[in-house]
Amino acid sequence: MSASSWIAGLGIISAIGQDVQKNLASLTAEKTGIGEMTWLRSDHQGELPVGEVKSSNTELAANSGLSKKLPRTALLSSVAAREALVDAGWQVKLAPRTGFISANTVGGMDKTEHFFEKFISNPAAGKLAEVVYHECGAITELVADYLGIRHFVSTVSTACSSSANAIFTGARMIRSGLLDFALVGGADALTRFTLNGFNTLMILDKEPCRPFDENRRGLNLGEAAAYLLLASEKGLEQLKKKPYARISGYANANDAFHQTASSPQGTGSLLAMKGALEFAGLSPNQIDYINLHGTGTTNNDIAEGTAIRILFDPAYPKMSSTKAYTGHTLGASGAVEAVYSVLSIQQGLIFPNLRWETPMKELPFQPVTTCLTNQRVQHVLSNSFGFGGNCSSLIFSAA
Amino acid sequence: MVNMNCYIRATGNISPQHSLDPVTFSQTRVHTTQDYFKVIEPDYDGFVDSKLIRRMSRIVKMGVASAITCLRQAGTENPGALVTATAYGCLEDTSSFLRRMIEFEEKMLSPTAFIQSTHNTVGAQIALLIKCHQYNNTIVHRAFSFENALTESTLLLGEGMGPVLVGAIDEITKDSHTLLSRFGLYKPTDREDPHFSGNIAGEGAAFFLLDKDPDHHPLAWIQGIKTLYHPGNDETLRLFFLDFLNSQGFQPDQVDLVLSSHTGNKERDTIDQYLLDSLFSKKPFFPFKTLCGDYPTASGFALWLATQLLAEQKQPAWMKDLTFPLNHILIHHRSTNLHHSLYLVSRC
Amino acid sequence: MDNLMEKLKGQIIERLNLKDLKPADISDDQPLFVEGIGLDSIDALELIVLLQQEYNVKLSNADDGPRVFYSVRTIADYINANSGVAKASS
Repeated sequence: MSASSWIAGLGIISAIGQDVQKNLASLTAEKTGIGEMTWLRSDHQGELPVGEVKSSNTELAANSGLSKKLPRTALLSSVAAREALVDAGWQVKLAPRTGFISANTVGGMDKTEHFFEKFISNPAAGKLAEVVYHECGAITELVADYLGIRHFVSTVSTACSSSANAIFTGARMIRSGLLDFALVGGADALTRFTLNGFNTLMILDKEPCRPFDENRRGLNLGEAAAYLLLASEKGLEQLKKKPYARISGYANANDAFHQTASSPQGTGSLLAMKGALEFAGLSPNQIDYINLHGTGTTNNDIAEGTAIRILFDPAYPKMSSTKAYTGHTLGASGAVEAVYSVLSIQQGLIFPNLRWETPMKELPFQPVTTCLTNQRVQHVLSNSFGFGGNCSSLIFSAA
Repeated sequence: MVNMNCYIRATGNISPQHSLDPVTFSQTRVHTTQDYFKVIEPDYDGFVDSKLIRRMSRIVKMGVASAITCLRQAGTENPGALVTATAYGCLEDTSSFLRRMIEFEEKMLSPTAFIQSTHNTVGAQIALLIKCHQYNNTIVHRAFSFENALTESTLLLGEGMGPVLVGAIDEITKDSHTLLSRFGLYKPTDREDPHFSGNIAGEGAAFFLLDKDPDHHPLAWIQGIKTLYHPGNDETLRLFFLDFLNSQGFQPDQVDLVLSSHTGNKERDTIDQYLLDSLFSKKPFFPFKTLCGDYPTASGFALWLATQLLAEQKQPAWMKDLTFPLNHILIHHRSTNLHHSLYLVSRC
Repeated sequence: MDNLMEKLKGQIIERLNLKDLKPADISDDQPLFVEGIGLDSIDALELIVLLQQEYNVKLSNADDGPRVFYSVRTIADYINANSGVAKASS
């Protein structure tokens, strides 16, 4: 295998904190970010708990220096992306060998849905400024311009596995020598569109979610942005920085079963996890922690759980879903969980699966329920499984 | 990115031209009097079971039919990886869900439109239909969506994950056309030549099966592609062209045909004309957007056209000035003046 | 009841875009899902919306779906049992 991708910088903004340190503090304090909707204006306010970032657009704009009129996804993305670059000690002079690969699923939809309120009754109505950044790619470009990266910029959108795929696209480009640095991850803001969309599928829990619990009733949506700055060996030398960890494994497979539901035996999940292990040259018993996709839906958790049973039986690593903290952040989830996986390695922590009470009767294992410290975490498997059968797994390993 | 070195084994293209029927395509050119081109749609029953088709929106049907055409041409049902590119995604379902959400005040909404609105729907449906568990990704990056998908495809080929099925898909809907028109994107032609359409909207679904080696009787060879974002001035652009060709070991006079982004509106065409005049003044050129319209993934159509010309080695009845053998085609895909891509495609 | 079932068949065909079927092709007791006319979980969700919009009947627990939507007759029975303000005549 060619060179690993080293992880030199981290950035995140989520329901449990505005930056890496605050996220870490919430994780260790077992403090969830799921609660009432504040900023999102929806008829489901008071009915559906969400993992909202605790900042208004005005506050996010002040944080990033961008206009508060921009789509929320762009504001979130810019805050987290900048944190990762600063954390890594990246400078603009490195831009000619840097790529920015970001994922999102909603684009500027928060502005578009506002625009449509007027547009649908009068095609000449509505402010065009609200739809300029509607496209997923337009959000990425806006943030790339803000950061000063233009050498290679791209956007991935594969539902819930989006940012996991973006992460590995960057890693692949570094391995092939096309880049020395790749800022990779994703962002998605809460929107009425996604909230209502998921509600039509009847997979939203009206209470805070309980992933991998026998009595789980669905997921809570969340919003976040998270990025890693990946570097080649040469890039690391230029940053003069010790890496946090490296990406050692990756696989992307398709369930090819149904548009939204996972196959009961977790075909896609199994292929993705197996593939990632093969890529990394690891056997299942070398995994110290699985950060589960674990949305809390009936379907995902049994499919993912079944795939884990098939692959890891009889020795199961510690595992948890951190979506009980953040909600399901869709296009950002793979990246959020990548950051948490790296923190797990770096800090020797295994995060709990909050609000878990009852084991799933089909599964011979259960998640971790308190935050474990002083753990030796060498290899973490992180799963991201999405609509359209898009299943991706990443393995992060100690540097 | 520059060096691609991949071979096009097969293609499938649903476009405003007769691209599913090569004979008709080379004899009959389709024009439009509107400010948009709509694709010529096949009978989708020939591609998808009616039980499955019922839920598919137009763009999904276009993408699926184009992908299946490509696989049938290749005689395989098993790509090693599947990458789709779309700038706008599934617009019809997005609009439909949005409208209902607003009109019904977030109550009693139907799930189908939401499910089909996600950008990866085309890639997912193709995988579902051909039962493909392999690598599956969707790139949604404006006018570089297809180019970035091709870059990814090359890397996948390099890792032994071929053949790669890669496609470019975008659609026009009533809402999207109304909106994009309000941005002043479209302008009529002011040239007398009836072959110019003006800067008008387009749509299409073009798929390609790519190999790393020329072992499967390839139709054409993509030597390299390169993108340039926001050139800033004409000279930067001109140098971009020269650098790209030089990196492939080429000079401008070795290009046999330029597929340009002219549309026949003088104001919009100034940059295209400048490039032709300064670099390719003696070369034949053909403005491909006058066949497919202007949309972010129109380079998919251009690559298909280049492949056709190189593989067939025949001049369509409605083209002129081509000399044969036609060995090297340069595609310039320009979207406003922000996104420029170049492709060097050669005969096998 | 027969009128309701006929009406339902037409609505199901239209809502689920089952272009190849006519109401006469769906028998009253034929299973609708899986082996029957091959509906799936997304169709079940659409039928939930149909019941709400057309008959003011709510199916709040998706787990009841397989039982309620088993056949046209079971749907009609559910509508009759649950709609105080039914729009359809039976």
